[in-house]
Amino acid sequence: MEKVLFLISAFLLVWGLRLQSDPASASKGNKLASIGMLLAIFSAIIMPLKNSNSNLIWVIVPLSLSSVIGYLIAKKIKMTSIPQMVSIFNGLGGLSAVLLSFAEISKWIAFPDSYDISVVIVLISSLFIGSVAFTGSLLAFAKLDGYRWSEKLTLPFQHIVNIIFLSLIVGSSYLFVGNPDTSYLYLIVILSFIYGIFFVAPIGGADMPVVISLLNSFTGITAALTGIIFGNIVMLLGGILVGAAGTILTILMCNAMNRSLLNVIIGGFSSSGSSKESKEQGDIKEVSDSDFAVQLFYSSKVIIIPGYGLAVAQAQKLCKEIQETLEANDVEVKYAIHPVAGRMPGHMNVLLAEADVDYSKLIELEQANEEFKSTDVAVIIGANDVVNPDAIDDSSSPLYGMPILKVWESTSTVVLKRSMSAGYAGVQNPLFFKKNNQMYFGDAKESLQRLSSELKNL
Amino acid sequence: MNEILNFLIENEILIYLLLFTILLGFEVISKVPSVLHTPLMSGANAISGIVILGAIILIRTTEPDNYITLILASMALFVGSINVSGGFFVTNRMLEMFNKKKKS
Repeated sequence: MEKVLFLISAFLLVWGLRLQSDPASASKGNKLASIGMLLAIFSAIIMPLKNSNSNLIWVIVPLSLSSVIGYLIAKKIKMTSIPQMVSIFNGLGGLSAVLLSFAEISKWIAFPDSYDISVVIVLISSLFIGSVAFTGSLLAFAKLDGYRWSEKLTLPFQHIVNIIFLSLIVGSSYLFVGNPDTSYLYLIVILSFIYGIFFVAPIGGADMPVVISLLNSFTGITAALTGIIFGNIVMLLGGILVGAAGTILTILMCNAMNRSLLNVIIGGFSSSGSSKESKEQGDIKEVSDSDFAVQLFYSSKVIIIPGYGLAVAQAQKLCKEIQETLEANDVEVKYAIHPVAGRMPGHMNVLLAEADVDYSKLIELEQANEEFKSTDVAVIIGANDVVNPDAIDDSSSPLYGMPILKVWESTSTVVLKRSMSAGYAGVQNPLFFKKNNQMYFGDAKESLQRLSSELKNL
Repeated sequence: MNEILNFLIENEILIYLLLFTILLGFEVISKVPSVLHTPLMSGANAISGIVILGAIILIRTTEPDNYITLILASMALFVGSINVSGGFFVTNRMLEMFNKKKKS
């Protein structure tokens, strides 16, 4: 009976994930996957086991309690904080694997006659990877949420320190396998926790989505490893699926930024960004509220390029309001979405969907770059690196080679920004000094508010 | 070394499964448009919480007086299922927003 249920749930997980790679069926896919998960949990509760004890209370209480907590968090969370939330959840998944492997290893130690080296090696790997996923995700959360201290954790010679830590972990695992003593186990856990911090520390805040995706695949791998130990095929399957999917997502994201995974992990952005301060810059022009409004009002085509600034300011609904005002006056409005705009690929799409922006108005990179030539005004809201011409013109720029939105090909551009400060890559943007560009300073929400009321007065 | 080899032989089917699932995972995700990266990441994240099955099995096979294991395993179950339920619900919330759009 439970075997059939496990089979069905494995099928649902795979099929659900499959459907989630197409926008039209994604929602259904997620529901299928969650049904598969429910089935798997149910089967694990009812399946007959050797030396089974009725400890059901230990299962039901944490399960029901945390399901409610998870539901409430998911309900309350702001759409702008999704990346932070995913990293916290992923950290919890990692912690779960750590606790589980720890408990399982302790159990093995208690019965030395059933001691099996391969099992212990698998469990230790799961312990290690889970720990890295746990502390790494927490640090990724701190970086995403903009805690200052989180950017300053890097030690000198961090990469050498990391290698030393790795060898220490391997060494203590070796000692533990030879002599199963709990103190080595604690040592492994503590070292792995610290290694997780060190692993993420040198990576810049802008690269956190890649890191989360990578750590997500780590959590998947630990699930698969523990699945081998428990001889549970659904765990193995689900874990590996996530591991593979996470790896592919990570690579896709790196490709979108035209960087290699190794380059991201070593932390290329944050270290090489300072060399460009001396570059000649020139003057910037500011645009007044009424000029900006008039300019938009008499355009025939406007493309909006949203970035993280829009997300932080929660200005997506205002954006939609302006879009409607313009459309009522026969201005064509579109949104150009860069694959890595915001803090996570697809983040902008989620935000604009929240504000009820029609899906067909969102255009992707290639199409946008064709349409800029026929665009009157390109409005850049809180985006920076994704419209930096240096990515094409300047081979010394850390952004060089990244596919970007060629906004400057439109008749004019307006950049909404809080200040002249650099973007996440830490480089200045020559776009701001181009002749056909104007700046509109202020918090995205306030700026759009001013613009919106100005537009309505016209 | 022999023990590791034995382990591989004993779990032959599992190892095959492992290899094919890796390929399956790559295949399933490789064509996903960037629009869906965020929901997919949180959806996949929810699935990685499948590790709680191990916690359930462990709890069920532990002696009722082995409190250390019971507590560790239910803590694992607790944090793991926050990951599962939170992940699925929030993914659902995101995807519903896309859907709402299509009908109008």
